Amino acid sequence: MSATVAEHGEHHGPAEWSKDAHYGRASAGKIAMWIFLLSDGFSFGGLLLAYGILRAGAKAWPPDASLHEPHLGINFTAGLTFLLICSSVTMVLAHDAAVHGDRKKIIRYLALTVLGGVGFLCGQMQEYFGLFHGEGLIKEGLVFGGSAYANTFFVITSFHGLHVLTGTIYLFITLIAAIRGKYDNGNHDGIEIAGLFWHFVDLVWILVFTFIYLL
Amino acid sequence: MEQHIHPEPKAFIWKYVFSIDHKVIAKQFLWTGLMFLALGGTLAMMIRWQWAYPKTAVPVVGALFLSHTGGAITPPTYTSIFTMHGLIMIFWAITPILIGAFGNFCIPLMIGARDMAFPKLNMYSYWMFFASSVLVILSFTSQLGAASAGWTTYPPLSTNVGAPGWGQTYMALAIFATGVSTIMGGINYIVTVIRYRAPGMTWFRLPLTIWGMWLTAILNVLFVPVLGSAALLLSLDRLAGTHFFVAGAAVGIQGGDPMLFQHLFWIFGHPEVYILILPVWGIVGDILSFFSRKPAFWYKGSVFAMIAVTVLSAVVYGHHMYQTGMAPLLGLGFEMLTLAISVPAVVLFVNWLNTIWKGSLRLEVPMLFALGMVFVFGAGGLTGLLLGTISTDIYLHDTMYVVGHFHLTMAAASFLGSFSALYFWFPKMYGKQMDQNLGKVHFWGSVVFITLVFGGQLVAGYSGQHRRLFEPYQYTYIRHLAPLNRWTSFAAFALGATQLIFVVNFIKSILMGKKAEQNPWHVSTLEWTHCASPPIYHNFDIVPTVVRGAHEYADPAVKKKFGRDYLDQVEPGLSAVDEDSSAGMPEPEAIGAE
Ligand SMILES: [Cu+2]
Repeated sequence: MSATVAEHGEHHGPAEWSKDAHYGRASAGKIAMWIFLLSDGFSFGGLLLAYGILRAGAKAWPPDASLHEPHLGINFTAGLTFLLICSSVTMVLAHDAAVHGDRKKIIRYLALTVLGGVGFLCGQMQEYFGLFHGEGLIKEGLVFGGSAYANTFFVITSFHGLHVLTGTIYLFITLIAAIRGKYDNGNHDGIEIAGLFWHFVDLVWILVFTFIYLL
Repeated sequence: MEQHIHPEPKAFIWKYVFSIDHKVIAKQFLWTGLMFLALGGTLAMMIRWQWAYPKTAVPVVGALFLSHTGGAITPPTYTSIFTMHGLIMIFWAITPILIGAFGNFCIPLMIGARDMAFPKLNMYSYWMFFASSVLVILSFTSQLGAASAGWTTYPPLSTNVGAPGWGQTYMALAIFATGVSTIMGGINYIVTVIRYRAPGMTWFRLPLTIWGMWLTAILNVLFVPVLGSAALLLSLDRLAGTHFFVAGAAVGIQGGDPMLFQHLFWIFGHPEVYILILPVWGIVGDILSFFSRKPAFWYKGSVFAMIAVTVLSAVVYGHHMYQTGMAPLLGLGFEMLTLAISVPAVVLFVNWLNTIWKGSLRLEVPMLFALGMVFVFGAGGLTGLLLGTISTDIYLHDTMYVVGHFHLTMAAASFLGSFSALYFWFPKMYGKQMDQNLGKVHFWGSVVFITLVFGGQLVAGYSGQHRRLFEPYQYTYIRHLAPLNRWTSFAAFALGATQLIFVVNFIKSILMGKKAEQNPWHVSTLEWTHCASPPIYHNFDIVPTVVRGAHEYADPAVKKKFGRDYLDQVEPGLSAVDEDSSAGMPEPEAIGAE
């Protein structure tokens, strides 16, 4: 244990911390990300609870045949789910590369992860609006505000989509930092924290997929 | 964790407006919170006026804001007033003062850190809160009136059907925004306490204040998002044509479920009462020890009791919904869990009493407010048993009894706790001493009138008066309670007037108070023993190494050796002087233990 005196103002005199076991080794940023994810998990929890209560109280699901609401395409979304899982794998590989300070591999795998995110978002656009092919759920009659079925679907999947968008941008910024050589020295904390967020988004999607599409 | 020292900004905007210094942010929260406390208090006075003299012109305020009715309160205005009173007091007065101001101020100083873990996030947290405050003010300007669905914002009252116009919408958005601010602050607090404690500041050497703030932060990051999801869905219902909470003919084909909102709201809502009281428990636990000149009785018991309350608070929310037709078995479960919370609460209570028992009490203003908090919290807690028990709750539900209980337990307890903290840390915050005599008048006025006001509400409710009634006396069975209500209102006006003494004292002390010493209360925590009043920009030139807990008082051997009755958290203490100094750090338990 020692503490150095701050004598010269700017950027001098950091307090050097003791190596006491009870402080642990996780960085502040990593702990903050874990707590944020816990918190974020509760907001998804609130929305999924709303979905559960509304669905449990409905006589049928989708509720009203007269609305002619389309069923959700499971096959297509299963593909998206697979894409997201793959991007989690490349995220792990990027982190592994960062542990070894291998810039080339970090860039390669981060770029693949970002591509996975972009692919998922395009898939969601296709699902909602038929951006690339066919009609999309909205034109097929699944209208936001139309029924509890449509409302919960759009709120939960778009809230998740917002997370994918955030994660993709976040990873893209991390990618640029990697290209500039920020992680060459084997300091992989930044990539690990970004990875935590990405794995969380992935995990939540698997829950959303299970509850909304499969069940 | 390395903590660099950054140069203090010189420009006004970076020093006082967009500051990243936790001490400045604490003051920003304090001032904003006090403004809203005054606003919420004024609204409370208006409610009391309506109950004392229904439908007559409100003095002063009526002429200013209700000129279109000749100063009298109309039914729609009345619903807006009690709605805004509740929401403002909880989210924009108590929360910023207790958590925003004192959480920010105390955490780094008391654990020996130079700032929060994420100073910029801290700044964003305040400005997010500020944005939500603007939305609150906007709600008042809405043409169809401010929010009017009650502080619980239950649908269908809070949907476009029950509360049309922007007033309610602004408040739904404001709740969402202040929730985001709270989560940002909460993450910061948790990480700071985990990672930025000074060397040697182990978990069980933390002051109780820090435990209270830390546990509150945990409840905040977990449960505010659930409120956020409810506010989001409500906002969509109001703005985007969805119907998550609207059922029946209003929707036609397939509706939502108003009960859904109650679940989401109370999953958050019950932890919220502990969010607002845990910091107070911590602060009072410390202050009772400091001003009794005795160690906090069974410190670890208090810590574990607070942890137990934190855990239990997550699983009792159903007691707010006893009368909504939930399954009796479920109700029974919630009842048992609810009453189980009394156990840790009583542990804390007994610890407080044992702390002051046979202490050499210094009845200075912070101590008086802390004792007042113990009193009102005890009274509030006992009256709560009747509401936690289903059989008695059936009778008392939705009466003024609920209002009285809630205000004693949560409002009055956090109010007195906040002022205990404010009088205690004011010298450290502003480097000035507050007027102790005015402070004592403020205390006695507050505690006496608080007891009368909320006691009066308990009696009125027990006699069957329903809450939220615009004109209670239109019912013959309530008419005989008019004098009781009027006297309660007089006590409320006196309570309001008493607060003016504080306003004068606060402003006067900041402008021309006597300069405060570094440690005017002669207490043992780091912010008093190792920081100037007010502290320098980076708090500590040398981050101190802590060797003991925060409550080392009343050891005769210390008194003999040092000529004072306490040891600070850093100095070597007895063993290092008397015995072999190379033996290492003294064990904190060895000195002045129970
Ligand atoms: Cu409760």
